[in-house]
Amino acid sequence: MTRHASGKAKPVLRLAGITKRFGPLVANDAVDVTLQRGEVVALLGENGAGKTTLMNILFGHYVADSGTVSAFGRELPPGDPHAALQAGIGMVHQHFMLVDNMTVLENIALGTQSLAAVRFDKKIARSRIVELGRAFGLAVDPDARIADLSVGERQRVEILKALYREARILILDEPTAVLTPMEADALFATLKKLVGEGLAVIFISHKLNEVMAISDRVLVLRAGRLVGERHIADTDRSELAALMVDEEIRPPSVEPVEPGRIAFELKAVSAGRPGSAGRLEGTDLTLRAGEITGIAGVSGNGQATLAGLVSGTTAPEAGALVVGGEAMTTWSPHIALSHGIGRIPEDRHATGMIGDMSVAENLVSETVRTPRFSRAGFLKARAAQDFARAVIADYDVKCPSPEARTRLLSGGNMQKLILGRALDGAPSVIMANQPTRGLDVGAVAYVHRRLLEARSNGAAVLLISEDLDEILALSDRVIVMSRGRLSAPSARGDRSIRQLGELMAGHGFAQDGAGHAA
Amino acid sequence: MRLEPRSDATLAHTLLFPAGAVLLTLIIAAGLVLLAGASPFSVFGLVLKGAVGSEFALLETLTRATPLIFTGLAVAVAFRARLWNIGAEAQLYIGAVVTVVLGTGILPLPGPVLVPVLIAGVVCAGGLLLLGPAYLKIRFGVDEVVTTLLMNFIILLFVSMLLEGPLKDPMGLGWPQSKRVTEDVQLPRLIRGKRLHLGFGLALISALATWVIMKKTVFGYEMRAVGHNAEAARFAGIPVNIVLMKTALLSGGLAALAGYSEVAGLKGNLTLDLSPGFGYTGIVVAMLAMLNPLGIVLSAIFVAGIFVGADAMSRSAKVPSYIADVMTATALLTMVAAIMLARYRVRWR
Amino acid sequence: MEAFDILLTASFWAAAIRIASPLIFATMGELICERAGVLNLGIEGIMVAGAFAGWITVYAGADLWVGVAAAALAGAAFGLLHGFFTVPLGLSQHVTGIGITLLATSLTYFVYRISLPEVTSPPKIEPFVPLAIPFLSDIPVIGPALFNQTPLTYLAFVLVGLVAWVLYRTPLGITLRAVGENPAAVEAQGISVTAIRMGAVMAGSAMMAVGGAFLTMSAFNSFFFEMVNGRGWICIALVVFGSWRPGKALLGAILFAAFDAYQVRLQQVTGGVVPYQVFLMLPYVLSIVALIAVSRRASYPKALMIPYQKGER
Repeated sequence: MTRHASGKAKPVLRLAGITKRFGPLVANDAVDVTLQRGEVVALLGENGAGKTTLMNILFGHYVADSGTVSAFGRELPPGDPHAALQAGIGMVHQHFMLVDNMTVLENIALGTQSLAAVRFDKKIARSRIVELGRAFGLAVDPDARIADLSVGERQRVEILKALYREARILILDEPTAVLTPMEADALFATLKKLVGEGLAVIFISHKLNEVMAISDRVLVLRAGRLVGERHIADTDRSELAALMVDEEIRPPSVEPVEPGRIAFELKAVSAGRPGSAGRLEGTDLTLRAGEITGIAGVSGNGQATLAGLVSGTTAPEAGALVVGGEAMTTWSPHIALSHGIGRIPEDRHATGMIGDMSVAENLVSETVRTPRFSRAGFLKARAAQDFARAVIADYDVKCPSPEARTRLLSGGNMQKLILGRALDGAPSVIMANQPTRGLDVGAVAYVHRRLLEARSNGAAVLLISEDLDEILALSDRVIVMSRGRLSAPSARGDRSIRQLGELMAGHGFAQDGAGHAA
Repeated sequence: MRLEPRSDATLAHTLLFPAGAVLLTLIIAAGLVLLAGASPFSVFGLVLKGAVGSEFALLETLTRATPLIFTGLAVAVAFRARLWNIGAEAQLYIGAVVTVVLGTGILPLPGPVLVPVLIAGVVCAGGLLLLGPAYLKIRFGVDEVVTTLLMNFIILLFVSMLLEGPLKDPMGLGWPQSKRVTEDVQLPRLIRGKRLHLGFGLALISALATWVIMKKTVFGYEMRAVGHNAEAARFAGIPVNIVLMKTALLSGGLAALAGYSEVAGLKGNLTLDLSPGFGYTGIVVAMLAMLNPLGIVLSAIFVAGIFVGADAMSRSAKVPSYIADVMTATALLTMVAAIMLARYRVRWR
Repeated sequence: MEAFDILLTASFWAAAIRIASPLIFATMGELICERAGVLNLGIEGIMVAGAFAGWITVYAGADLWVGVAAAALAGAAFGLLHGFFTVPLGLSQHVTGIGITLLATSLTYFVYRISLPEVTSPPKIEPFVPLAIPFLSDIPVIGPALFNQTPLTYLAFVLVGLVAWVLYRTPLGITLRAVGENPAAVEAQGISVTAIRMGAVMAGSAMMAVGGAFLTMSAFNSFFFEMVNGRGWICIALVVFGSWRPGKALLGAILFAAFDAYQVRLQQVTGGVVPYQVFLMLPYVLSIVALIAVSRRASYPKALMIPYQKGER
């Protein structure tokens, strides 16, 4: 096995001179990628660097403006999703491409049998799945419904799907984003086994430590261009980091602030769908003024319920919810807003903004009933315009006018609008759920700066994030969430990543199930 | 093929594509006219003449447009909040029923008091009729398209029952029709001796009022927010369910006014053929106007013109007047496609 | 007692099965469309078009089965239109469906008028006649009810089995259901979501049209305006009532038809004490009640009414 493939060996996959433009934006600029048998190549880059576009071209979802894709020496016809699959390329998507209420077997065999067949052959499918599972250590019950599987198991199904189609090249898009550190280790072990069998792997990521851990070679993409290629033995984290971003990443400087009075409290609160992983039972949480409380953990462990409780969309079934010393008897988004809670929701497009309404209309959506923006049921259009102009200027939003349709803005600019709306009126509590997901480096730094500013001004900030680096950089206290439970809090720098990982995997929680975070 | 939002959607786009839709509709209609063995140019000429070619034709078109403005507004208001009210037909009939129940001499009130009471009753009845399906949607997740559609059949049978029972005019020679509304209730004619009545004025006022509500008020804002993204609206503290119920009341009320206007302004009494599908045509009217309340006045006149013109044409040419229904349905489909194409660019690769 | 005895007569059940037949065709058609993720509100109009297309074909001298094929073809054509608007263009399935119904209905009336300009009452055709199945039709009550029907009724029942088999036992059916749940997963496996959805809408629309044709070619022998009379909308309710499963939807259609047949007989028994309109209203009211009753456990296809765009995530 050649771990470091020599330049002379024939590549199994070759992308040559791929260029793709979307209007004025150049998503890929003459990108060349080669992949050898038995090697793991990492494709490293920030959000928006062009990784996803490149993979969409490889899989025929987009057609490149110029350049070619060839696998095993044969050129693939552009724009034909079937061609890549036929050529033995398999993809494990970041958001799993699985049908939840169908079985593992049906998902894996989907599209592999002739659509004209009068009978779906389960027997052949089952025996092959069992066989593949045994060979690669990817055991899953073929008759289990996807909805009943854990995230790690679902990812195994995705890999099996590719192997079932006899993929020789496997592409994984941000595969660890949804995994605990332990599950990620198991994935890496599987990948090593696959490579040992002669498969080739492209590993797409923006996390440096993972790239260093798993890959043989790294390609760095920045703003659509390939800016560097390194063998892993010849490089280190800081060099890759420097390649990845234009400016040097400086961790945000955090001034120590003395925590103030209690701004928000959950006392023995229960909420969420009974029986689901997102259910909270008897949860306690205290947020203090001038303090950022970070909630670490893999999504789907109750973060949505917790975020809903703070932002008003979820009412507690039992227990007490106290805002600024006042115990709430009813709880709704409207009440939360009138009690000074600023909210940054997880999904900008689905929850944060109304894409088909204007920037100004979106900025007043939480305050439209207040005397500031309406009188006797009539809108004060001028006031909304003025407010929009002020936010656009203060937050450096790139948008043509307050009348522009919000849908046309980039993710970063949308997030700035949401910040502008949430931070208006100096809220005493700020709920920020995945505030930087999908943003480029500049926008991430901007969001962090604003959150720290709000903290300095005395806001109690709840930061929920899957990005452990973000949690560690910003949080004064870190709490880990797993299966609806909250760990005891730890002060800045008190727990190691390893310890946090243990907690994320559900180990080391107090017996009573609910960690006390007082 | 894929669709990409146009960042540069210009005025030209928003005008050109709808114009193309109208043109395509005319081409298809021309094909059908040829199929019927007539010349498209002479038939279109006859339709145009029948719609706007004389004072009589023009007034007739405006008279026909009156109920369509009301039902068009009803549909536009509901669709804006993404409440799929396909039951304007039923709401129209309920409005008509209330008009004849209260307007045939039961209430001992003088005209100036009676008419506002009657209009309030009409609006409430129509609104409440749509509140049912809206509530079922909110509470049980029952699709309001199906319930409002089925409601049309139920209400028509209900009206038939009333007309053969309690509301039957004893002087009606056995026909299922109601008594005539009293002089006080009748809407005056706008021009002496012509059919155009004050209902048209009422429709124009309603269109203006609806425009103000949708564009200038908090309620209109909330309605649009709920329609475009209910989840985001809820997150922003907008009471989504209450907004939907208020929208239902407004929409149903507007549709019911069509029934009032037809009975009090034109027919004088209630029969089972009061509406030749004004409720359904209202959908076309609303979509042609892209749900804009002021645009609805124009699109209602346009659609009414096609119907009135086609009626006149079919009397002299051998082309069935159903051509008008085909044209409006075609216009609906081409227009929704045109609106989409004005906002999105189709990329084939 | 009289009102109950009706339920035990063979003629009652024979009528119920007859009333159910067009509903079964159309319900299966709608079910296939919705399972692929496309709501087809064109159903009412497509049934009108199918009723006319089948009847006029036979009136023009063709064989009855050619008439059925003509109806299916007309349905598929309107399905193509509905599919083109809602699948690749991704337009509102509600608005497009209503538009298709308005178009199919008005176009049918228009063509009826130009093909038969002179007639005052619609001409009759020789419709399908009942075909007694040997031995089985001799079973008391069940025999005459189930096994002495027209070939189109038998076809309706065969269709239910076929749809169930295809949906659950073939690669095509698994793909179709997957398209209605998570189209991106299907596209990732190299299958065109657009093609599957278009195919489903066309096939489903063809079934709806045959349901319409049953009215003119089996239940009656002529074409009248308004003859579909809301049956399409009822089928949409039946699909929900049947939880998007062919077997349950069949059961729903038969229950509904039995109720419909019962109310007609009850009308005669009650002898005009209750206005007849009340009985005519009941099927529509029942549909709404059924929708409310199943609303709690309804688990609709996840991608229903959500347009899919390739490469979007």
